[in-house]
Amino acid sequence: MAKEYRTIRNDVALPYQWALGKTWTRFFDGLKEEQIWGTKCTHCSRTYVPARTFCPDCFTDRTEWVPVKPEGKIVSWTLVKATYHGQVKPPPYIIALIQLSGTDCGFHHFIGGVETENIKKLRQKLKKGAKVKAVWNPEKKADIYDIAYFAPVK
Amino acid sequence: MGKAVAIIGTGQTKHGRRSDVCYPDLVRESVTTALQDAGITLKDIDGVVLGTMPSMMEGVSSTHFYFAEAMGALNKPVMKVETCGSTGQSIGHCGYYWVASGMADIVLVVGSEKMSEGDGQATMTTVFDPFFQRTFAAGAPGVFTMQSMEWMYRFNIPEDKGREAAAMISVSNHDNAMDNPHAHIRVRVTMDEVKNARIITYPVRLLDVCPASDGACAVIFASEEKAKKICKKPAWIKGLGFRGEEFFYGESDKAIWMSATEAAKEAYKQAGIRNPLKELDVAEIYNPFTYQEMIFYECLGLCPRGEAPDYVLKGTFKKGGQLPCCPSGGTLCSNPIGATGLIRLAEAALQVTGKAGARQVGGAKLALSHAMGGVDQFNGVTIVGSKL
Ligand SMILES: [Zn+2]
Repeated sequence: MAKEYRTIRNDVALPYQWALGKTWTRFFDGLKEEQIWGTKCTHCSRTYVPARTFCPDCFTDRTEWVPVKPEGKIVSWTLVKATYHGQVKPPPYIIALIQLSGTDCGFHHFIGGVETENIKKLRQKLKKGAKVKAVWNPEKKADIYDIAYFAPVK
Repeated sequence: MGKAVAIIGTGQTKHGRRSDVCYPDLVRESVTTALQDAGITLKDIDGVVLGTMPSMMEGVSSTHFYFAEAMGALNKPVMKVETCGSTGQSIGHCGYYWVASGMADIVLVVGSEKMSEGDGQATMTTVFDPFFQRTFAAGAPGVFTMQSMEWMYRFNIPEDKGREAAAMISVSNHDNAMDNPHAHIRVRVTMDEVKNARIITYPVRLLDVCPASDGACAVIFASEEKAKKICKKPAWIKGLGFRGEEFFYGESDKAIWMSATEAAKEAYKQAGIRNPLKELDVAEIYNPFTYQEMIFYECLGLCPRGEAPDYVLKGTFKKGGQLPCCPSGGTLCSNPIGATGLIRLAEAALQVTGKAGARQVGGAKLALSHAMGGVDQFNGVTIVGSKL
């Protein structure tokens, strides 16, 4: 039998303190008040959420703040069963790309309030373009988890 | 295009779980093999380019320091480039640029990864911003599955049809890997096994997904003058393209995928290719996920949008088909990520020089290689040919 060579365990864990800047500070302050803020470019008229300091298409900072309704339609989704270090929560859970009403991009979040056991039923509920609505977290910390998840609406 | 550039040597490790070697020794294994293949020594090398995934993958920062000796880079200019999964194509492009500019005659390019030592999915999750997207990443499977679902929705591809075609891709890649002594996963799988494997990120299952591999690849680029002098059968660089897109995943259309489409168009333009399906003899496409491979067929212009499953089901891209894809078993069967895009290029070079052994596509003269990186954000393509 071939010799098994040694391995050595070593963990690297470093603390960071990330700056949000003015645009994203305002965006998260908004979530705390159950308000989603986007920005609309006054040049190309595209609306992006989360809000942006500058329009990524035009590279101009001529953007204006626009309130975005906490509802939209599903662009794509997947049921996560894989696990990895530092995962946000134990699987299974659903992540989705949602186009919020009046915006020109997809927004990442969880889908909740649905059974994940029966995939056939799940596919029925989360059909292409299915309507979803934000469910707010009762405890808010001005971060992305202030929205608990998006739930399908009938 | 700059001055003519050729690949004169390639070297790959045996990919897989390589707990028998430390990381620098793994790198050196590929470098030594490439030098032997080219029939040159370190003295002939003017500069070294290397690339890996983010340093968190193995927990050692800036690995060009760690690998200096292993790459033979002492007293030579060294450049590190990383673009996540597309790193291998990016470093290949840098090797090309360096020689094409006339500033170097021979350049060594090295890509490597030792994924068994860390947590690949956790590392890839850190490629996302910490405020908005990281939570919803679920590593590479989350991103690529979300893209695949968007693509199937867009083109109204029925679930069963997508599933059937993806399973066929898994079976044929696994079959191909049996011919490749470097491949990590070398087992045959059946359609039923793929379709019933455990779910990773629905609808993607275990056998739709690449392994986490240890491995390294080295490729040697040379000027026309040197190549003709040193090498009997060089693989000439015919064209290359690289494109990036928006960082926010939801901002660009991943079902159409501008970066993959435009990178290929640029490479085809330089290579003078008008109908890639007809003109190419073989393609090494970056395919860590079966469903995603179909999106690549469309973006690379190998079939019309939304029709990749039909082409797969009729066997267009299988061994013996019109355009065999990934005769090496592809990324699906070996994925040491920092090396993977360069392995695609090395395999393409082996094909057009008739050195691909049991996985050789008979008479291949023109080959495409490709890789994708980041949160579906970057795509790189390099075309190689047997003639200057
Ligand atoms: Zn704009």
